[in-house]
Amino acid sequence: MADSGFLDEIKQHEVSTGSAWFELERRGFLKLVGGGLLICAASPQLAAQEAGRREFGHELPKDIASWLHIAQDGQVTVFTGKVEMGQGIRTSLTQEVAEELHVDVTSITIVMGDTDLVPWDAGTFGSRTTPTMGPELRMIAAAARELLVKMAAQQWSADPKTLIAANGKVTNPAVDESVSYGALTQGQKLVEVVPGDPALTAPTQWKIIGTPLGRTNGRELVTGKHQYPSDISRPGMMYGKIVRPSGFNAKLVSADSSAAEKMAGVRVVRDGGFIGVVAPTAETARKAAGMVKAEWQVPPQPSNATLFDYLRKNVNANERGMQHVTGSVEQARAGADIKLEATYTLQYIAHTPLEPRAAVAEWNGDKLTVWTGSQRPFAIRDDLAQTFRISPDNVRVLIPDTGSAYGGKHTGDAAVEAARLAKAAGKPVKVNWTREEEFTWAYFRPAGVIDVKSAAKKDGTLVAWEFHNYNSGPSGIMTPYDVVNQAISFHPVDSPLRVGSYRGLAAPANFFARESQMDELAHALGMEALEFRLKNLSDARLRAVFQAAAEKFGWGNRKSSPGRGFGIAGGTEKGSYIATCAEVEIVKGIPEIRRVVEAFECGAVVNPDGLRNQVEGAIVQAIGGALFEQIRFENGRILNARMAKYRVPRFADVPKIEVVLVDRKDLPSAGAGETPNMGLAPAVANAIFAATAIRVRDMPLAANLWFKTGASK
Amino acid sequence: MSGLVLLVNGSEMHVDAPPDESLLSVLRNHLQLTGTKYGCGEGECGACTVLMDGEPMRSCVTPVSAAVGRKITTIEGLENNGALHPVQEAFLEEQAFQCAYCTSGMIMSSVGLLSTEKNPSEDDIIKFMNGNVCRCGTYPRIVSAIQRAAEAMRRL
Repeated sequence: MADSGFLDEIKQHEVSTGSAWFELERRGFLKLVGGGLLICAASPQLAAQEAGRREFGHELPKDIASWLHIAQDGQVTVFTGKVEMGQGIRTSLTQEVAEELHVDVTSITIVMGDTDLVPWDAGTFGSRTTPTMGPELRMIAAAARELLVKMAAQQWSADPKTLIAANGKVTNPAVDESVSYGALTQGQKLVEVVPGDPALTAPTQWKIIGTPLGRTNGRELVTGKHQYPSDISRPGMMYGKIVRPSGFNAKLVSADSSAAEKMAGVRVVRDGGFIGVVAPTAETARKAAGMVKAEWQVPPQPSNATLFDYLRKNVNANERGMQHVTGSVEQARAGADIKLEATYTLQYIAHTPLEPRAAVAEWNGDKLTVWTGSQRPFAIRDDLAQTFRISPDNVRVLIPDTGSAYGGKHTGDAAVEAARLAKAAGKPVKVNWTREEEFTWAYFRPAGVIDVKSAAKKDGTLVAWEFHNYNSGPSGIMTPYDVVNQAISFHPVDSPLRVGSYRGLAAPANFFARESQMDELAHALGMEALEFRLKNLSDARLRAVFQAAAEKFGWGNRKSSPGRGFGIAGGTEKGSYIATCAEVEIVKGIPEIRRVVEAFECGAVVNPDGLRNQVEGAIVQAIGGALFEQIRFENGRILNARMAKYRVPRFADVPKIEVVLVDRKDLPSAGAGETPNMGLAPAVANAIFAATAIRVRDMPLAANLWFKTGASK
Repeated sequence: MSGLVLLVNGSEMHVDAPPDESLLSVLRNHLQLTGTKYGCGEGECGACTVLMDGEPMRSCVTPVSAAVGRKITTIEGLENNGALHPVQEAFLEEQAFQCAYCTSGMIMSSVGLLSTEKNPSEDDIIKFMNGNVCRCGTYPRIVSAIQRAAEAMRRL
């Protein structure tokens, strides 16, 4: 249920990418990677898992082939359509390949997100790299290892079963003879299909997976040598700048670009409502764009002041929402001892990736090459092909490891703009968005209104749960608690602002509403908050993280007091489990988070330090959405499109953070990039209530607590 | 356009740029020193931090003309004969990054802090670094990295 919720939500938010699926083309592949062993393993097991699954309008590749190359010097190159944006998968996937191939991690390089070189991939989102790409690459690596053993056995006329593959070589212990993987593949350009599922190493036997490993390219990162998308430069490259409309849904009335056109080397490109400039330097492009005098007509549009009323009244009946009903909430509420009803709201927030959108586009005849930062290289390739009416075969998209995304870089806006300008200029063009453009013309985490009705018996048994989410999304909308009578719905709305994926999609919002309401119920019942949850919870994995977090936090050891409160919240999403305890102190009316303990379980841990980093970071980032962040808008304009006016978490906002990782080697590894951000907001809201007796049901909490208490101060 | 001479990472560099172009743009677009990053263009995130005569400065709001005659150090200038600066080492040790787009600015600010404060307290670090944003939220690791680097530098 949760899974289909998030697939629906992703689909709703995606830019249209057409429905065609393109057969993989490997033009020039062998030429590019040189000699050596090329392995294509068909995987019936994964094929069965993926079969018939249509996601995002695409049918997934039928052959489920991945690619792995072993050069003569033993260097291993792995190819994947996933991209690195800070999650650490370049490192964790390296560990997974090293484990099964039996080579050192330092001998592995991963090519990521280069559409000419890697197998088709839907994109990097939904915490899916670890549960899907990880096992796939492990299987390919294991198949490669088996093949190498077979080749050595043939060479030595030995029984493969007597040979050992380790440290990048195959050894025959009987005669103390060994041959390196590179020597085995020497001079061969071999493509072999490996049938069947090779046996994977059991998690309890892992030597490389499951151990902490620092970033494989860490040195590049601390020396400034790594080239992010915005760092790419091409010979003869020019700089592009877009003249932006003065508001959303604006119509171009008139434009005078004569002054800009008089500047040396400047070219103005007009195409319908699109106005861009190209110049020999970035500075000239910036100044030229500023000299274009454009007049726009911006229609009246909603603002924050009318937002929540607007969302309730503008449900889009044509779009499929979701509805889940069991039993009768109405009847159950009629006979219940405690009945509650509350509304929770959340504002639009911005991903604010520190690297704004950037792209370099280069045309060679009708072939287009684009370097950009995006989570969906193949979708961007298809967008470019459609936009310029060329075959996707003629478009190559490369995604250098990117300066973060958090769900905010599914689109290829800068790529399309750069390609458009490069086509006009006849030279490579770079487009690098400003922070203001990123705040305004990217897309937002949807705002939402969530109405909840609940009921319980005196003994603490939850008997009714009604939950309506307007606009924010269906991810994480289902309750993990045992309740017979449920009515849970998501109501899609034509959002006044452009919206899209955000780390965790709507789950942080739905967790906030659900876990706040659970806290309100516990309070109304006079029950302890954790005890009330556990009384209504049979999911053993969720119980385990609640108990682990509570133990580490010392939950119940200290009682909340005026000005200092403790809160707890938790849940499950995308196959992982989370519980968060927060301590909040109210300082002059402002909630300051002092301490956070978070227990997290995502099956067998692949890279404990990488995971810890993700969990810590997700907690810190969630502080922004919980306490401060909100986009202010009016009539199609963003009023706080600057870093100085959009409050993100900083050093001084960070509490003491303790992370408890529950490592379940008996369970498949789930992704971890998202779920760890879901417990913070409700835990903090519950702590604020414990400290102030004021229930803040609107995020961002700090501003709204101030609003609620401000009158009395 | 005007010919300017900049002293960057110990080398004289000649640049043909208008005097009001930002130092950041000159470093990145004229000198191809792309280790210094654009994050906000308003001096609010610290991604563009470089040292000017040893002091951390926001290069995105510094006109290049103001950098003439000053010693400019960027992230590319920190390594010494292939050896990492202790702050770079410490960031690696603590894995004090995720996407690492903020890392150059974080490291340059840290180097600036440690040049005047040999033994900063946690509060000193937080106060000094509060203008640098890590959107991935690795702040606790960055604090640990600065403490680790401070210790290593005291031992030098």
